[in-house]
Amino acid sequence: MIKLDHVTKTYTNRIALDDVSVTFPAGKIIGVVGANGSGKSTLLKLIAGLSKPDRGTVTVNGVRADRKICRDVAYLPENDDFYPFLTLDETIRFFATQFGGYDMERAADMMSFLSLDPGQKVKNMSKGQRGRLKLILALARDVPVVLMDEPLSGLDPMVRESIVRGVISFMDLSRQTVLLTTHELDEVEPLIDTVVLLKAGRLIRMEEVDQIREDEGLNLKDWVKAAYQKIGEKDE
Amino acid sequence: MMKEFDSSQPIYLQLAQRISRRIVRNELRPGEKLPSVRETAVEWGVNPNTVQRTFQELERMGIVETRRGQGTFVTEQQDILDRLRARLKEEQIESFVRDMTELGFTPEEITRGLQEFLQSHFEKGASEHD
Repeated sequence: MIKLDHVTKTYTNRIALDDVSVTFPAGKIIGVVGANGSGKSTLLKLIAGLSKPDRGTVTVNGVRADRKICRDVAYLPENDDFYPFLTLDETIRFFATQFGGYDMERAADMMSFLSLDPGQKVKNMSKGQRGRLKLILALARDVPVVLMDEPLSGLDPMVRESIVRGVISFMDLSRQTVLLTTHELDEVEPLIDTVVLLKAGRLIRMEEVDQIREDEGLNLKDWVKAAYQKIGEKDE
Repeated sequence: MMKEFDSSQPIYLQLAQRISRRIVRNELRPGEKLPSVRETAVEWGVNPNTVQRTFQELERMGIVETRRGQGTFVTEQQDILDRLRARLKEEQIESFVRDMTELGFTPEEITRGLQEFLQSHFEKGASEHD
């Protein structure tokens, strides 16, 4: 269980998160959505312990999220930062020396599922291949929380589909919680259980995706538009 | 390729309908084991929790039975499967008639049009099922 209690985070002159309190239940795939600059990445970084809140607390299974939380939390950053001279297989082994809990058998299964060649050098990989490598680095770890910042952005539709299927195939919902940020609302809608909508650093809605369809008869994209409009009117 | 879900209805219900159609088409036979939750989730590109809900819905309707530790199976009760088949037929006809009525066709025109279509369709021998 991930818990934020009255969390505020500011960067020099901008509020990234504004008094956010929320609890994310275990065993779910949670989509964090909202416009650019709404606080999605900051939310993930706080849970990953890579960033400290100015006010409030962030805990993962009761433990305060600081640098050491990486034992329990896998974090896939938006940008990749690999050693170009390593092969794919060597990159995974290198990450396994830095972070605990890597299941090398699962990593090998994922490589074949995602049609990646373990012997290929990182410098020769396409953007789509690097996107899939990042997914392996995040999901091959046996940890209760997996955070993925924009796992689909900038990738072609076929790679996006293989990443969605990779998440479904390799995460263990009986033991893991996945939080991902995205703008690809249509593509993630069938994948996620719960949607969290941020606007200007505030958490404005959190709902079960199927409940939105049942109660409001809207798909995710239309619901996000409607929610943003409604909040906009209130602000004026 | 993943099949799109339409936007109005919950995904778990749409998936239940798709599996029901497979059963009516006999692609899944009475007593046959359904693919696991995980396999179904990967095939349709949906969350495993959603598939779990779909299976619960199908079970509530009596179309499938879950046997502890063995998996989920299509029911062998023929009356339930007959009812499912009849219901799908009604739903299809209802949506066809709704569309035609909206376009301004009278019941007589619809009946005549359908009869003519069926006649020429089957005379040509073009009876492959979609």
